[in-house]
Amino acid sequence: MRAHFVLSEIGVGLRRNLTMTFAVIVSVALSLSLLGGALLARQQVDSMKDYWYDKVEVSIFLCSELDADSPACRRGAVTQEQKDQIEAELTEFDIVEDVHYESAAEAYQHYEEQQADSPLAAVVTAEQMQESFRVALFDPTQYDVISSAFAGRDGVYEVVDQRSQLENLFNLLNGVNYAALGLMALMLVVALLLIVNTVRVSAFSRRRETGIMRLVGASGLYIQMPFILEAAIAGVLGALFACVLIVGVKYFAINNFLAQEIPLIEFIGWDAVLGVLPMVLVVGAFMPSVAAFFALRKYLKV
Amino acid sequence: MIRFDNVSKTYPRQNAPALRDVSLEVERGEFVFLVGSSGSGKSTFLRLLLREERASTGSVHVLGKDLGRLSNWKVPQVRRQLGTVFQDFRLLPNKTVGENVAFALEVIGRPRGQIRKTVPEVLDLVGLGGKEERMPGELSGGEQQRVAIARAFVNRPMLLIADEPTGNLDPQTSVGIMKLLDRINRTGTTVVMATHDAQIVDQMRKRVIELEKGRLVRDQQRGVYGYQH
Repeated sequence: MRAHFVLSEIGVGLRRNLTMTFAVIVSVALSLSLLGGALLARQQVDSMKDYWYDKVEVSIFLCSELDADSPACRRGAVTQEQKDQIEAELTEFDIVEDVHYESAAEAYQHYEEQQADSPLAAVVTAEQMQESFRVALFDPTQYDVISSAFAGRDGVYEVVDQRSQLENLFNLLNGVNYAALGLMALMLVVALLLIVNTVRVSAFSRRRETGIMRLVGASGLYIQMPFILEAAIAGVLGALFACVLIVGVKYFAINNFLAQEIPLIEFIGWDAVLGVLPMVLVVGAFMPSVAAFFALRKYLKV
Repeated sequence: MIRFDNVSKTYPRQNAPALRDVSLEVERGEFVFLVGSSGSGKSTFLRLLLREERASTGSVHVLGKDLGRLSNWKVPQVRRQLGTVFQDFRLLPNKTVGENVAFALEVIGRPRGQIRKTVPEVLDLVGLGGKEERMPGELSGGEQQRVAIARAFVNRPMLLIADEPTGNLDPQTSVGIMKLLDRINRTGTTVVMATHDAQIVDQMRKRVIELEKGRLVRDQQRGVYGYQH
């Protein structure tokens, strides 16, 4: 197959269909950046999960004098004996990584640090804070074991799993992620339909050439190759735009803005971003080629 | 070279068959006129030869191949051994004469050196030596048809199929084209030519096959056009 000939045919084809080619490039670029974005967002959520789940604890709040009216604390404030008992049992669990006791005074101190700006801070007193055990688990999903062992026991106000609070946030992030993937799927369909259409128009505008090619015995692949490569080139151009977009978002929106505004979150690094780019390019090259191949099968019969 | 065995062809969604039970044989090196009024089945006959259509029943053999059983991907190999010429020339208007002829070689992957050597040769043969750089639009109808013949012949096909090659040309130009086809025939290439041109058929005195409503009604060696239209 003669590369020079095929290349000149492609050039003619792309120029003849400039507006359609442009539409293909834009739609491929958008759908692939959504694809890359969604993949990276998932990695972001996963890495945030790892990071936060390491830090979450199960809190066992204990009854104080002031909790007498709540049903869990009917029998009055927690006694030293009960506390010793709980601590001893906690340390016996295999799943427990670490236990530490937080007194009401410590809790008040933490509260003051965190809520210094809040007007509530001035009204809250140390007596209103609850004593608690902070339990770190090797596997944070095994919260139930702790909960069933201590919830409802005398002197225990409630057992709180911090993880369940984070879960809501992660569920939200996952939802956003799925929405992005859905949008990507739609954009991808649009891109594919555009490609199929562009290839058809391209084949129609060159039916004289392809007709002659058929007559003189050019092989099917040879006739189709310029059209398929045309679609592939448009796809790769779109994918390149998508890569630029992804890198741009990483650089401007994440590194230069979000990372500085929200230092608490560790954002995905360049290695993850660069990791998705080859996949974006491969999808960008192959998806349009395959679409073109199937579009032509109906159109360029032997 | 060509053999039709009880060939019928009915197009989808049409009641009357375009060809009905046609059997004939064309030997290597023959020159055959295919005559008949419009709608008699000439075009279908040629389309079957080119394997643009498949016979509904019966078998079509061209160059020893049963075209009905030939798989799609082998069709190009057969077409490379056929040359085709049409009434409307079918040249590429944005390519020069030389490029038009070279196109036929390029798309079947011939090496560039061979193309550069063959194209001027074949243009000389059809009487267009030196007009390689001209555009088809600058040529007369007769010259354009010569380019088309050069393109059909550049592969040295065993069989040349011509569908009313003189249909758009004046009588004098037509004579020139016929002389050219005759010369190509004398090199050993079988020629099958569909035509409405009574004068040409009567002058050439070649084998005449006449179709009428899809039936083979006459097969005559050294025949004449033979009917008024």
